[in-house]
Amino acid sequence: MTLLLEKQVAPPAGPARAPYWTMRRRDELAGWLFIAPQLAGIVAFVIVPLGLVVWYSLHEWNVLAGTFEFVGGANYQALTDDPRLGPALRATGLFSVGLVVLNLSLALFLAVLLNQKLRGTVFFRTLFFSPVVVTLVAWTIVWGFLLQDNGGVNGFLSQLGVDGPNWLRGDATAMISVIVVQLFKGVGLNMVLFLAALQGVPAELYEAARLDGASAWARFRRVTVPLISPTILLTSILTIVGSLQVFAQIAVLTQGGPGTSTTVLVYYLYQQAFQFHHFGYGATISLLLFAIVLGLTVLQWRMRRRWVFHED
Amino acid sequence: MKTDRATKHSHKLLLYGVLLVCCIPFVFPTWWMATASLKPVNEIFAFPPTLLPQSVTLDAYRQVFELQPFGRQYLNSCYIAVVVTLGTLVVSSLAGYAFARIKFRGAGVVFIVVLAGLLVPNEVTIIPLYRMFDSLGLVNTHWPLILIPMLGAPSVLATFIMRQFFITLPRELEEAGRVDGLGRLGLFWQVSLPLARPAVGAVAIFTFLHSWNLYLEPIVFLSSKEKFTIPQALTQYVDAYGGALWNVQLAAATMSALPVLIIFVLAQRQFVEGLAQTGLKG
Repeated sequence: MTLLLEKQVAPPAGPARAPYWTMRRRDELAGWLFIAPQLAGIVAFVIVPLGLVVWYSLHEWNVLAGTFEFVGGANYQALTDDPRLGPALRATGLFSVGLVVLNLSLALFLAVLLNQKLRGTVFFRTLFFSPVVVTLVAWTIVWGFLLQDNGGVNGFLSQLGVDGPNWLRGDATAMISVIVVQLFKGVGLNMVLFLAALQGVPAELYEAARLDGASAWARFRRVTVPLISPTILLTSILTIVGSLQVFAQIAVLTQGGPGTSTTVLVYYLYQQAFQFHHFGYGATISLLLFAIVLGLTVLQWRMRRRWVFHED
Repeated sequence: MKTDRATKHSHKLLLYGVLLVCCIPFVFPTWWMATASLKPVNEIFAFPPTLLPQSVTLDAYRQVFELQPFGRQYLNSCYIAVVVTLGTLVVSSLAGYAFARIKFRGAGVVFIVVLAGLLVPNEVTIIPLYRMFDSLGLVNTHWPLILIPMLGAPSVLATFIMRQFFITLPRELEEAGRVDGLGRLGLFWQVSLPLARPAVGAVAIFTFLHSWNLYLEPIVFLSSKEKFTIPQALTQYVDAYGGALWNVQLAAATMSALPVLIIFVLAQRQFVEGLAQTGLKG
Protein backbone atom coordinates (compact mmCIF):
# COMPACT_ATOMS: atom_id res chain seq x y z
CA MET A 1 0.00 0.00 0.00
CA THR A 2 2.69 2.43 0.96
CA LEU A 3 4.69 1.22 -1.97
CA LEU A 4 1.89 2.09 -4.32
CA LEU A 5 1.53 5.51 -2.76
CA GLU A 6 5.22 6.21 -3.08
CA LYS A 7 5.12 5.39 -6.73
CA GLN A 8 2.32 7.81 -7.38
CA VAL A 9 4.10 10.56 -5.58
CA ALA A 10 7.56 9.79 -6.88
CA PRO A 11 7.82 12.18 -9.85
CA PRO A 12 8.92 15.43 -8.26
CA ALA A 13 6.83 18.49 -8.80
CA GLY A 14 8.20 21.20 -11.07
CA PRO A 15 10.41 20.81 -14.14
CA ALA A 16 12.54 17.64 -13.91
CA ARG A 17 16.26 18.16 -14.35
CA ALA A 18 16.87 16.75 -17.81
CA PRO A 19 19.71 14.21 -17.84
CA TYR A 20 22.70 15.49 -19.81
CA TRP A 21 23.24 12.22 -21.65
CA THR A 22 20.06 12.06 -23.69
CA MET A 23 19.79 9.47 -26.40
CA ARG A 24 20.44 12.15 -28.97
CA ARG A 25 23.67 13.23 -27.33
CA ARG A 26 24.82 9.65 -26.87
CA ASP A 27 24.19 9.00 -30.56
CA GLU A 28 26.03 12.15 -31.49
CA LEU A 29 29.09 11.01 -29.55
CA ALA A 30 28.83 7.40 -30.73
CA GLY A 31 28.60 8.54 -34.37
CA TRP A 32 31.76 10.59 -34.15
CA LEU A 33 33.65 7.90 -32.24
CA PHE A 34 32.64 5.22 -34.75
CA ILE A 35 33.86 7.15 -37.77
CA ALA A 36 36.93 8.59 -36.02
CA PRO A 37 39.49 5.98 -37.22
CA GLN A 38 38.28 6.16 -40.82
CA LEU A 39 38.10 9.95 -40.83
CA ALA A 40 41.56 10.28 -39.28
CA GLY A 41 42.92 7.85 -41.88
CA ILE A 42 41.42 9.76 -44.78
CA VAL A 43 42.72 13.08 -43.51
CA ALA A 44 46.22 11.71 -42.82
CA PHE A 45 46.63 9.43 -45.83
CA VAL A 46 44.50 11.08 -48.53
CA ILE A 47 43.61 14.74 -47.88
CA VAL A 48 46.94 15.91 -46.44
CA PRO A 49 49.01 14.00 -49.07
CA LEU A 50 46.81 15.45 -51.80
CA GLY A 51 47.56 18.93 -50.50
CA LEU A 52 51.25 18.07 -50.37
CA VAL A 53 51.19 16.87 -53.98
CA VAL A 54 49.99 20.33 -55.01
CA TRP A 55 52.68 21.97 -52.85
CA TYR A 56 55.46 19.73 -54.18
CA SER A 57 54.36 20.34 -57.76
CA LEU A 58 55.25 24.02 -57.31
CA HIS A 59 58.81 23.14 -56.34
CA GLU A 60 61.95 21.94 -58.00
CA TRP A 61 62.85 19.05 -55.72
CA ASN A 62 65.77 16.79 -56.49
CA VAL A 63 66.29 14.48 -53.55
CA LEU A 64 69.74 13.33 -54.66
CA ALA A 65 71.03 16.88 -55.09
CA GLY A 66 69.19 18.00 -51.95
CA THR A 67 67.54 20.97 -53.68
CA PHE A 68 64.02 22.18 -52.83
CA GLU A 69 63.09 25.56 -54.25
CA PHE A 70 59.87 27.26 -55.22
CA VAL A 71 59.51 27.45 -58.99
CA GLY A 72 55.83 28.30 -59.41
CA GLY A 73 54.38 26.84 -62.59
CA ALA A 74 57.70 25.67 -64.03
CA ASN A 75 56.88 21.99 -63.53
CA TYR A 76 53.59 22.44 -65.35
CA GLN A 77 55.43 24.19 -68.17
CA ALA A 78 57.92 21.31 -68.23
CA LEU A 79 55.05 18.86 -68.37
CA THR A 80 53.59 20.43 -71.50
CA ASP A 81 57.06 20.53 -73.08
CA ASP A 82 57.98 16.98 -72.06
CA PRO A 83 58.48 14.87 -75.22
CA ARG A 84 57.78 11.76 -73.13
CA LEU A 85 54.37 12.91 -71.91
CA GLY A 86 52.60 12.39 -75.23
CA PRO A 87 53.74 8.77 -75.57
CA ALA A 88 52.85 8.12 -71.91
CA LEU A 89 49.33 9.46 -72.39
CA ARG A 90 49.00 7.50 -75.61
CA ALA A 91 50.13 4.28 -73.90
CA THR A 92 47.76 4.89 -71.00
CA GLY A 93 44.87 5.55 -73.36
CA LEU A 94 45.62 2.50 -75.52
CA PHE A 95 45.86 0.25 -72.48
CA SER A 96 42.67 1.57 -70.87
CA VAL A 97 40.52 1.57 -73.98
CA GLY A 98 41.80 -1.82 -75.11
CA LEU A 99 41.34 -3.38 -71.71
CA VAL A 100 37.91 -1.92 -70.99
CA VAL A 101 36.45 -2.87 -74.37
CA LEU A 102 37.87 -6.41 -74.30
CA ASN A 103 37.18 -6.96 -70.61
CA LEU A 104 33.55 -5.87 -70.63
CA SER A 105 32.67 -7.73 -73.83
CA LEU A 106 34.40 -10.94 -72.77
CA ALA A 107 32.91 -10.72 -69.27
CA LEU A 108 29.42 -10.23 -70.65
CA PHE A 109 29.89 -12.99 -73.23
CA LEU A 110 31.03 -15.48 -70.57
CA ALA A 111 28.26 -14.43 -68.18
CA VAL A 112 25.61 -14.99 -70.84
CA LEU A 113 27.15 -18.39 -71.63
CA LEU A 114 27.13 -19.39 -67.98
CA ASN A 115 23.61 -18.10 -67.49
CA GLN A 116 22.24 -20.88 -69.74
CA LYS A 117 20.49 -23.83 -68.18
CA LEU A 118 23.49 -26.09 -68.39
CA ARG A 119 25.12 -28.60 -66.05
CA GLY A 120 28.54 -27.70 -64.75
CA THR A 121 28.26 -23.93 -65.03
CA VAL A 122 29.51 -23.55 -61.45
CA PHE A 123 32.59 -25.55 -62.41
CA PHE A 124 33.29 -23.32 -65.40
CA ARG A 125 32.58 -20.21 -63.35
CA THR A 126 35.24 -21.37 -60.87
CA LEU A 127 37.77 -21.85 -63.68
CA PHE A 128 37.13 -18.42 -65.25
CA PHE A 129 37.28 -16.76 -61.86
CA SER A 130 40.41 -18.53 -60.61
CA PRO A 131 43.00 -16.04 -62.01
CA VAL A 132 41.43 -13.35 -59.79
CA VAL A 133 42.88 -15.12 -56.74
CA VAL A 134 46.30 -15.95 -58.23
CA THR A 135 48.96 -13.53 -56.94
CA LEU A 136 49.19 -10.72 -59.51
CA VAL A 137 52.96 -10.86 -59.93
CA ALA A 138 52.93 -14.68 -60.07
CA TRP A 139 50.36 -14.53 -62.89
CA THR A 140 52.44 -11.91 -64.68
CA ILE A 141 55.65 -13.94 -64.35
CA VAL A 142 54.04 -17.04 -65.89
CA TRP A 143 52.72 -15.02 -68.81
CA GLY A 144 56.11 -13.40 -69.16
CA PHE A 145 57.54 -16.85 -69.71
CA LEU A 146 54.77 -17.95 -72.05
CA LEU A 147 55.16 -14.80 -74.19
CA GLN A 148 58.93 -15.12 -74.68
CA ASP A 149 60.29 -15.67 -78.15
CA ASN A 150 60.67 -19.39 -77.43
CA GLY A 151 57.79 -19.53 -74.95
CA GLY A 152 54.56 -21.49 -74.82
CA VAL A 153 52.40 -19.14 -76.87
CA ASN A 154 54.73 -19.27 -79.86
CA GLY A 155 55.14 -23.02 -79.31
CA PHE A 156 51.39 -23.35 -79.66
CA LEU A 157 51.33 -21.08 -82.73
CA SER A 158 54.11 -23.06 -84.40
CA GLN A 159 51.95 -26.18 -84.05
CA LEU A 160 49.36 -24.30 -86.10
CA GLY A 161 52.05 -23.39 -88.63
CA VAL A 162 52.21 -19.73 -87.57
CA ASP A 163 55.52 -18.05 -86.79
CA GLY A 164 54.75 -15.95 -83.71
CA PRO A 165 56.48 -12.61 -83.01
CA ASN A 166 58.65 -11.85 -79.98
CA TRP A 167 55.62 -10.53 -78.14
CA LEU A 168 57.21 -8.46 -75.39
CA ARG A 169 59.87 -6.88 -77.63
CA GLY A 170 57.68 -5.48 -80.40
CA ASP A 171 56.21 -1.95 -80.19
CA ALA A 172 52.66 -3.01 -80.99
CA THR A 173 52.71 -6.54 -79.60
CA ALA A 174 54.11 -5.48 -76.18
CA MET A 175 51.04 -3.36 -75.50
CA ILE A 176 48.73 -6.11 -76.77
CA SER A 177 50.51 -8.58 -74.49
CA VAL A 178 50.13 -6.44 -71.38
CA ILE A 179 46.44 -5.93 -72.14
CA VAL A 180 45.84 -9.65 -72.67
CA VAL A 181 47.66 -10.63 -69.47
CA GLN A 182 45.54 -8.19 -67.47
CA LEU A 183 42.38 -9.19 -69.35
CA PHE A 184 42.48 -12.84 -68.30
CA LYS A 185 43.55 -11.91 -64.78
CA GLY A 186 40.58 -9.68 -64.06
CA VAL A 187 37.72 -10.61 -66.36
CA GLY A 188 36.37 -13.19 -63.88
CA LEU A 189 35.36 -10.50 -61.44
CA ASN A 190 33.31 -8.56 -63.98
CA MET A 191 31.83 -11.84 -65.24
CA VAL A 192 30.57 -12.61 -61.74
CA LEU A 193 29.05 -9.14 -61.40
CA PHE A 194 27.31 -9.59 -64.76
CA LEU A 195 26.08 -13.07 -63.79
CA ALA A 196 24.52 -11.68 -60.63
CA ALA A 197 22.83 -8.95 -62.68
CA LEU A 198 21.60 -11.39 -65.35
CA GLN A 199 19.98 -13.53 -62.70
CA GLY A 200 17.96 -10.50 -61.67
CA VAL A 201 16.36 -10.09 -65.11
CA PRO A 202 12.76 -11.38 -64.91
CA ALA A 203 12.13 -14.41 -67.14
CA GLU A 204 8.71 -13.01 -68.17
CA LEU A 205 10.38 -10.26 -70.14
CA TYR A 206 12.23 -12.81 -72.27
CA GLU A 207 8.99 -14.76 -72.72
CA ALA A 208 7.17 -11.64 -73.87
CA ALA A 209 9.95 -10.70 -76.27
CA ARG A 210 9.98 -14.24 -77.64
CA LEU A 211 6.22 -14.07 -78.25
CA ASP A 212 6.74 -10.82 -80.10
CA GLY A 213 9.10 -12.75 -82.35
CA ALA A 214 12.31 -11.04 -81.21
CA SER A 215 15.49 -12.87 -82.23
CA ALA A 216 18.09 -13.91 -79.65
CA TRP A 217 20.23 -10.90 -80.58
CA ALA A 218 17.26 -8.53 -80.33
CA ARG A 219 16.33 -9.99 -76.94
CA PHE A 220 19.90 -9.44 -75.79
CA ARG A 221 20.02 -5.85 -77.04
CA ARG A 222 16.51 -4.78 -76.10
CA VAL A 223 15.98 -6.69 -72.85
CA THR A 224 19.25 -7.82 -71.33
CA VAL A 225 21.48 -4.81 -71.95
CA PRO A 226 19.04 -2.13 -70.71
CA LEU A 227 18.18 -4.12 -67.59
CA ILE A 228 21.77 -4.75 -66.57
CA SER A 229 22.95 -1.26 -67.55
CA PRO A 230 23.59 -0.20 -63.92
CA THR A 231 26.06 -3.09 -63.65
CA ILE A 232 27.63 -2.13 -66.98
CA LEU A 233 28.17 1.37 -65.62
CA LEU A 234 29.65 0.07 -62.37
CA THR A 235 32.01 -2.40 -64.04
CA SER A 236 33.13 0.15 -66.61
CA ILE A 237 33.99 2.69 -63.89
CA LEU A 238 35.84 0.08 -61.81
CA THR A 239 37.69 -1.28 -64.84
CA ILE A 240 38.72 2.13 -66.21
CA VAL A 241 39.94 3.43 -62.87
CA GLY A 242 41.74 0.11 -62.30
CA SER A 243 43.33 0.24 -65.77
CA LEU A 244 44.74 3.71 -65.11
CA GLN A 245 46.56 2.26 -62.10
CA VAL A 246 48.31 -0.59 -63.90
CA PHE A 247 51.88 -0.84 -62.67
CA ALA A 248 53.08 -4.29 -61.55
CA GLN A 249 52.34 -5.90 -64.92
CA ILE A 250 54.32 -3.22 -66.76
CA ALA A 251 57.20 -3.33 -64.28
CA VAL A 252 57.47 -7.11 -64.49
CA LEU A 253 56.71 -7.72 -68.18
CA THR A 254 58.20 -4.84 -70.16
CA GLN A 255 59.71 -2.15 -67.85
CA GLY A 256 57.85 0.32 -70.01
CA GLY A 257 59.53 -0.86 -73.19
CA PRO A 258 60.33 -1.49 -75.91
CA GLY A 259 61.26 2.17 -76.15
CA THR A 260 58.44 3.91 -74.37
CA SER A 261 55.62 1.92 -75.97
CA THR A 262 54.27 0.58 -72.65
CA THR A 263 55.35 3.42 -70.36
CA VAL A 264 51.94 4.27 -68.94
CA LEU A 265 51.45 7.31 -66.74
CA VAL A 266 51.89 5.50 -63.40
CA TYR A 267 55.08 3.85 -64.60
CA TYR A 268 56.39 7.21 -65.83
CA LEU A 269 55.49 8.74 -62.47
CA TYR A 270 57.40 5.97 -60.68
CA GLN A 271 60.43 6.48 -62.93
CA GLN A 272 60.55 10.26 -62.45
CA ALA A 273 60.06 10.15 -58.68
CA PHE A 274 61.77 7.00 -57.49
CA GLN A 275 64.35 6.30 -60.18
CA PHE A 276 65.36 9.81 -61.28
CA HIS A 277 64.48 11.37 -57.87
CA HIS A 278 62.55 14.29 -59.36
CA PHE A 279 59.90 14.50 -56.68
CA GLY A 280 58.51 17.88 -57.71
CA TYR A 281 58.03 16.84 -61.31
CA GLY A 282 56.67 13.47 -60.16
CA ALA A 283 54.08 15.32 -58.08
CA THR A 284 53.00 17.23 -61.18
CA ILE A 285 52.48 13.96 -63.04
CA SER A 286 50.53 12.66 -60.02
CA LEU A 287 48.16 15.60 -60.30
CA LEU A 288 47.67 14.94 -64.01
CA LEU A 289 46.81 11.32 -63.20
CA PHE A 290 44.38 12.48 -60.53
CA ALA A 291 42.73 14.92 -62.93
CA ILE A 292 42.25 12.15 -65.50
CA VAL A 293 40.77 9.71 -62.97
CA LEU A 294 38.48 12.40 -61.59
CA GLY A 295 37.42 13.60 -65.03
CA LEU A 296 36.59 10.11 -66.29
CA THR A 297 34.66 9.18 -63.16
CA VAL A 298 32.59 12.36 -63.28
CA LEU A 299 32.00 11.91 -67.01
CA GLN A 300 30.78 8.34 -66.56
CA TRP A 301 28.58 9.38 -63.68
CA ARG A 302 27.07 12.21 -65.73
CA MET A 303 26.45 9.87 -68.63
CA ARG A 304 24.54 7.41 -66.48
CA ARG A 305 21.26 9.19 -67.26
CA ARG A 306 21.78 8.67 -70.95
CA TRP A 307 22.45 4.98 -70.92
CA VAL A 308 21.47 3.53 -67.59
CA PHE A 309 17.93 2.23 -67.65
CA HIS A 310 16.03 2.20 -64.38
CA GLU A 311 13.03 -0.07 -64.08
CA ASP A 312 11.02 2.35 -61.97
CA MET B 1 9.77 -33.29 -81.74
CA LYS B 2 12.72 -35.58 -82.14
CA THR B 3 14.64 -33.16 -84.35
CA ASP B 4 13.87 -30.45 -81.82
CA ARG B 5 15.56 -32.54 -79.13
CA ALA B 6 18.45 -33.24 -81.46
CA THR B 7 19.07 -29.54 -82.18
CA LYS B 8 18.87 -28.88 -78.43
CA HIS B 9 21.46 -31.58 -77.91
CA SER B 10 23.88 -30.24 -80.51
CA HIS B 11 23.28 -26.74 -79.16
CA LYS B 12 24.43 -27.96 -75.74
CA LEU B 13 27.48 -29.67 -77.18
CA LEU B 14 28.41 -26.45 -78.96
CA LEU B 15 28.09 -24.51 -75.70
CA TYR B 16 30.37 -26.95 -73.90
CA GLY B 17 32.86 -26.72 -76.74
CA VAL B 18 32.93 -22.92 -76.57
CA LEU B 19 33.29 -23.00 -72.79
CA LEU B 20 36.17 -25.47 -72.95
CA VAL B 21 38.08 -23.40 -75.52
CA CYS B 22 37.45 -20.21 -73.53
CA CYS B 23 38.91 -21.87 -70.43
CA ILE B 24 42.39 -22.37 -71.86
CA PRO B 25 43.88 -18.89 -71.28
CA PHE B 26 42.36 -18.80 -67.79
CA VAL B 27 43.51 -22.20 -66.61
CA PHE B 28 46.63 -23.08 -68.57
CA PRO B 29 48.97 -20.42 -67.04
CA THR B 30 48.23 -21.53 -63.49
CA TRP B 31 48.47 -25.20 -64.41
CA TRP B 32 51.69 -24.58 -66.26
CA MET B 33 53.17 -22.58 -63.37
CA ALA B 34 52.55 -25.39 -60.90
CA THR B 35 53.71 -28.24 -63.13
CA ALA B 36 56.71 -26.46 -64.67
CA SER B 37 58.03 -25.65 -61.20
CA LEU B 38 58.54 -29.42 -60.75
CA LYS B 39 60.45 -29.84 -64.03
CA PRO B 40 64.21 -29.75 -64.53
CA VAL B 41 65.31 -26.53 -66.30
CA ASN B 42 65.84 -28.10 -69.72
CA GLU B 43 62.32 -29.52 -69.73
CA ILE B 44 60.77 -26.12 -68.97
CA PHE B 45 62.02 -25.00 -72.35
CA ALA B 46 60.88 -28.18 -74.13
CA PHE B 47 59.15 -27.49 -77.43
CA PRO B 48 56.21 -28.17 -77.47
CA PRO B 49 55.65 -27.70 -73.72
CA THR B 50 54.81 -30.84 -71.73
CA LEU B 51 51.57 -30.85 -69.78
CA LEU B 52 52.96 -33.02 -66.99
CA PRO B 53 56.58 -33.11 -65.80
CA GLN B 54 58.41 -36.08 -67.33
CA SER B 55 60.86 -36.22 -64.43
CA VAL B 56 59.91 -34.55 -61.16
CA THR B 57 62.50 -32.53 -59.24
CA LEU B 58 62.18 -30.31 -56.19
CA ASP B 59 65.44 -28.58 -57.02
CA ALA B 60 63.79 -25.25 -57.79
CA TYR B 61 61.91 -25.30 -54.48
CA ARG B 62 65.21 -25.80 -52.62
CA GLN B 63 66.79 -22.87 -54.46
CA VAL B 64 63.84 -20.59 -53.63
CA PHE B 65 64.87 -20.73 -49.98
CA GLU B 66 68.63 -20.71 -50.61
CA LEU B 67 68.75 -17.58 -52.75
CA GLN B 68 66.54 -15.40 -50.56
CA PRO B 69 65.01 -15.51 -47.06
CA PHE B 70 61.78 -16.64 -48.74
CA GLY B 71 60.27 -18.14 -45.58
CA ARG B 72 60.66 -14.81 -43.87
CA GLN B 73 59.23 -12.93 -46.87
CA TYR B 74 56.28 -15.31 -46.97
CA LEU B 75 55.63 -14.70 -43.29
CA ASN B 76 55.83 -10.92 -43.91
CA SER B 77 53.13 -11.09 -46.58
CA CYS B 78 50.95 -13.35 -44.43
CA TYR B 79 51.03 -11.27 -41.28
CA ILE B 80 50.68 -7.94 -43.12
CA ALA B 81 47.65 -9.22 -45.03
CA VAL B 82 46.04 -10.61 -41.85
CA VAL B 83 46.62 -7.44 -39.83
CA VAL B 84 45.37 -5.22 -42.66
CA THR B 85 42.28 -7.38 -43.13
CA LEU B 86 41.35 -7.43 -39.45
CA GLY B 87 42.09 -3.72 -39.07
CA THR B 88 40.08 -2.80 -42.16
CA LEU B 89 37.13 -4.83 -40.87
CA VAL B 90 37.15 -2.92 -37.57
CA VAL B 91 37.57 0.51 -39.18
CA SER B 92 35.10 -0.04 -42.02
CA SER B 93 32.34 -1.79 -40.07
CA LEU B 94 32.35 0.91 -37.37
CA ALA B 95 32.32 3.75 -39.90
CA GLY B 96 29.87 1.99 -42.23
CA TYR B 97 27.53 1.37 -39.32
CA ALA B 98 27.67 4.99 -38.18
CA PHE B 99 26.95 6.33 -41.68
CA ALA B 100 24.05 3.93 -42.14
CA ARG B 101 22.32 3.86 -38.78
CA ILE B 102 23.32 6.75 -36.52
CA LYS B 103 21.89 10.21 -37.06
CA PHE B 104 24.50 12.72 -36.01
CA ARG B 105 25.32 16.28 -36.97
CA GLY B 106 28.00 16.57 -39.63
CA ALA B 107 27.47 13.04 -40.93
CA GLY B 108 26.71 14.30 -44.44
CA VAL B 109 29.85 16.41 -44.72
CA VAL B 110 32.06 13.70 -43.24
CA PHE B 111 30.59 11.15 -45.62
CA ILE B 112 31.57 13.28 -48.60
CA VAL B 113 35.08 13.75 -47.19
CA VAL B 114 35.43 9.98 -46.75
CA LEU B 115 34.00 9.23 -50.20
CA ALA B 116 36.66 11.50 -51.68
CA GLY B 117 39.06 8.72 -50.73
CA LEU B 118 37.44 6.55 -53.41
CA LEU B 119 38.47 8.99 -56.10
CA VAL B 120 42.14 9.23 -55.18
CA PRO B 121 44.23 6.31 -56.43
CA ASN B 122 47.17 5.32 -54.23
CA GLU B 123 49.58 6.14 -57.01
CA VAL B 124 48.60 9.81 -56.88
CA THR B 125 49.68 10.20 -53.25
CA ILE B 126 52.66 7.84 -53.18
CA ILE B 127 55.28 10.65 -53.28
CA PRO B 128 54.00 12.62 -50.24
CA LEU B 129 53.25 9.38 -48.38
CA TYR B 130 56.83 8.31 -48.96
CA ARG B 131 58.11 11.66 -47.64
CA MET B 132 55.78 11.50 -44.62
CA PHE B 133 56.85 8.00 -43.60
CA ASP B 134 60.46 8.89 -44.34
CA SER B 135 60.34 11.87 -41.97
CA LEU B 136 58.90 9.59 -39.27
CA GLY B 137 61.77 7.15 -39.81
CA LEU B 138 59.33 4.45 -40.93
CA VAL B 139 60.70 3.77 -44.42
CA ASN B 140 61.93 0.18 -44.73
CA THR B 141 59.46 -0.92 -42.07
CA HIS B 142 56.08 -2.58 -42.59
CA TRP B 143 54.14 0.32 -41.08
CA PRO B 144 53.30 2.04 -44.41
CA LEU B 145 52.08 -1.26 -45.87
CA ILE B 146 49.77 -1.74 -42.88
CA LEU B 147 48.57 1.77 -42.02
CA ILE B 148 47.87 3.14 -45.51
CA PRO B 149 45.59 0.30 -46.72
CA MET B 150 43.94 -0.09 -43.32
CA LEU B 151 43.01 3.57 -42.77
CA GLY B 152 43.51 5.26 -46.13
CA ALA B 153 41.87 5.12 -49.53
CA PRO B 154 41.53 1.30 -49.86
CA SER B 155 39.45 1.09 -46.67
CA VAL B 156 36.92 3.58 -48.05
CA LEU B 157 35.48 1.02 -50.45
CA ALA B 158 35.11 -1.35 -47.49
CA THR B 159 33.32 1.33 -45.47
CA PHE B 160 31.03 2.03 -48.40
CA ILE B 161 30.12 -1.66 -48.79
CA MET B 162 29.47 -2.02 -45.06
CA ARG B 163 27.28 1.09 -45.13
CA GLN B 164 25.26 -0.20 -48.07
CA PHE B 165 24.68 -3.42 -46.16
CA PHE B 166 23.75 -1.85 -42.81
CA ILE B 167 21.24 0.44 -44.56
CA THR B 168 19.19 -2.59 -45.60
CA LEU B 169 18.73 -3.89 -42.03
CA PRO B 170 15.17 -3.31 -40.70
CA ARG B 171 14.70 -0.70 -37.98
CA GLU B 172 12.67 -3.01 -35.75
CA LEU B 173 15.70 -5.18 -34.98
CA GLU B 174 17.55 -2.35 -33.30
CA GLU B 175 14.44 -1.07 -31.55
CA ALA B 176 14.04 -4.48 -29.93
CA GLY B 177 17.67 -4.27 -28.85
CA ARG B 178 17.13 -0.83 -27.35
CA VAL B 179 14.21 -2.11 -25.30
CA ASP B 180 16.59 -4.71 -23.92
CA GLY B 181 18.80 -1.86 -22.76
CA LEU B 182 21.57 -2.03 -25.31
CA GLY B 183 23.69 1.05 -26.02
CA ARG B 184 25.10 1.96 -29.42
CA LEU B 185 28.11 -0.32 -29.10
CA GLY B 186 25.85 -3.15 -27.99
CA LEU B 187 23.47 -2.60 -30.89
CA PHE B 188 26.39 -2.58 -33.30
CA TRP B 189 28.25 -5.56 -31.86
CA GLN B 190 25.40 -7.82 -30.77
CA VAL B 191 22.59 -7.03 -33.20
CA SER B 192 23.82 -5.57 -36.49
CA LEU B 193 27.33 -6.93 -37.03
CA PRO B 194 26.34 -10.63 -36.70
CA LEU B 195 23.75 -10.02 -39.44
CA ALA B 196 26.35 -8.42 -41.69
CA ARG B 197 28.34 -11.62 -42.13
CA PRO B 198 28.07 -11.67 -45.97
CA ALA B 199 29.40 -8.12 -46.21
CA VAL B 200 32.14 -8.87 -43.68
CA GLY B 201 33.14 -11.90 -45.75
CA ALA B 202 33.29 -9.90 -48.97
CA VAL B 203 35.33 -7.11 -47.40
CA ALA B 204 37.70 -9.64 -45.81
CA ILE B 205 38.31 -11.42 -49.12
CA PHE B 206 39.00 -8.36 -51.25
CA THR B 207 41.09 -6.70 -48.54
CA PHE B 208 43.26 -9.80 -48.16
CA LEU B 209 43.74 -10.12 -51.93
CA HIS B 210 44.53 -6.43 -52.25
CA SER B 211 47.21 -6.58 -49.57
CA TRP B 212 48.62 -9.87 -50.91
CA ASN B 213 49.01 -8.36 -54.41
CA LEU B 214 50.43 -4.98 -53.41
CA TYR B 215 53.50 -4.22 -55.53
CA LEU B 216 54.19 -0.49 -55.99
CA GLU B 217 54.12 0.27 -52.24
CA PRO B 218 56.55 -2.49 -51.22
CA ILE B 219 59.08 -1.58 -53.90
CA VAL B 220 58.86 2.08 -52.91
CA PHE B 221 58.96 1.60 -49.14
CA LEU B 222 61.11 -1.51 -48.58
CA SER B 223 64.79 -1.95 -49.36
CA SER B 224 66.14 -4.89 -47.33
CA LYS B 225 65.43 -8.44 -48.40
CA GLU B 226 64.25 -9.68 -44.99
CA LYS B 227 61.52 -7.02 -45.07
CA PHE B 228 60.31 -7.83 -48.62
CA THR B 229 56.83 -9.12 -49.36
CA ILE B 230 56.12 -11.99 -51.77
CA PRO B 231 55.28 -10.10 -55.01
CA GLN B 232 58.47 -8.10 -54.64
CA ALA B 233 60.53 -11.19 -53.79
CA LEU B 234 59.28 -13.13 -56.82
CA THR B 235 61.02 -10.83 -59.28
CA GLN B 236 64.37 -11.05 -57.48
CA TYR B 237 65.26 -14.56 -58.63
CA VAL B 238 67.64 -13.57 -61.41
CA ASP B 239 71.11 -14.69 -62.46
CA ALA B 240 74.24 -12.54 -62.47
CA TYR B 241 73.23 -10.97 -65.80
CA GLY B 242 69.72 -10.07 -64.70
CA GLY B 243 68.15 -12.96 -66.61
CA ALA B 244 65.24 -14.68 -64.88
CA LEU B 245 65.88 -18.03 -63.15
CA TRP B 246 62.66 -19.39 -64.59
CA ASN B 247 62.40 -22.61 -62.63
CA VAL B 248 63.02 -20.80 -59.33
CA GLN B 249 60.62 -17.95 -60.18
CA LEU B 250 57.92 -20.43 -61.12
CA ALA B 251 58.44 -22.44 -57.91
CA ALA B 252 58.20 -19.30 -55.78
CA ALA B 253 55.21 -18.08 -57.80
CA THR B 254 53.48 -21.43 -57.24
CA MET B 255 54.07 -21.19 -53.49
CA SER B 256 52.64 -17.67 -53.47
CA ALA B 257 49.52 -18.65 -55.39
CA LEU B 258 48.64 -22.13 -54.17
CA PRO B 259 47.39 -21.39 -50.62
CA VAL B 260 44.95 -18.72 -51.81
CA LEU B 261 43.95 -20.88 -54.78
CA ILE B 262 43.24 -23.89 -52.55
CA ILE B 263 41.16 -21.84 -50.11
CA PHE B 264 39.33 -20.42 -53.12
CA VAL B 265 38.50 -23.86 -54.53
CA LEU B 266 37.25 -25.01 -51.12
CA ALA B 267 35.20 -21.90 -50.44
CA GLN B 268 34.50 -20.74 -53.98
CA ARG B 269 30.81 -20.03 -53.35
CA GLN B 270 31.62 -17.58 -50.56
CA PHE B 271 34.35 -16.02 -52.70
CA VAL B 272 32.28 -15.54 -55.81
CA GLU B 273 29.02 -14.58 -54.14
CA GLY B 274 30.77 -12.37 -51.62
CA LEU B 275 32.56 -10.45 -54.33
CA ALA B 276 29.42 -10.31 -56.46
CA GLN B 277 27.69 -8.72 -53.52
CA THR B 278 30.27 -5.96 -53.30
CA GLY B 279 29.34 -5.00 -56.83
CA LEU B 280 25.63 -5.42 -56.47
CA LYS B 281 25.27 -3.39 -53.33
CA GLY B 282 27.99 -0.89 -54.17
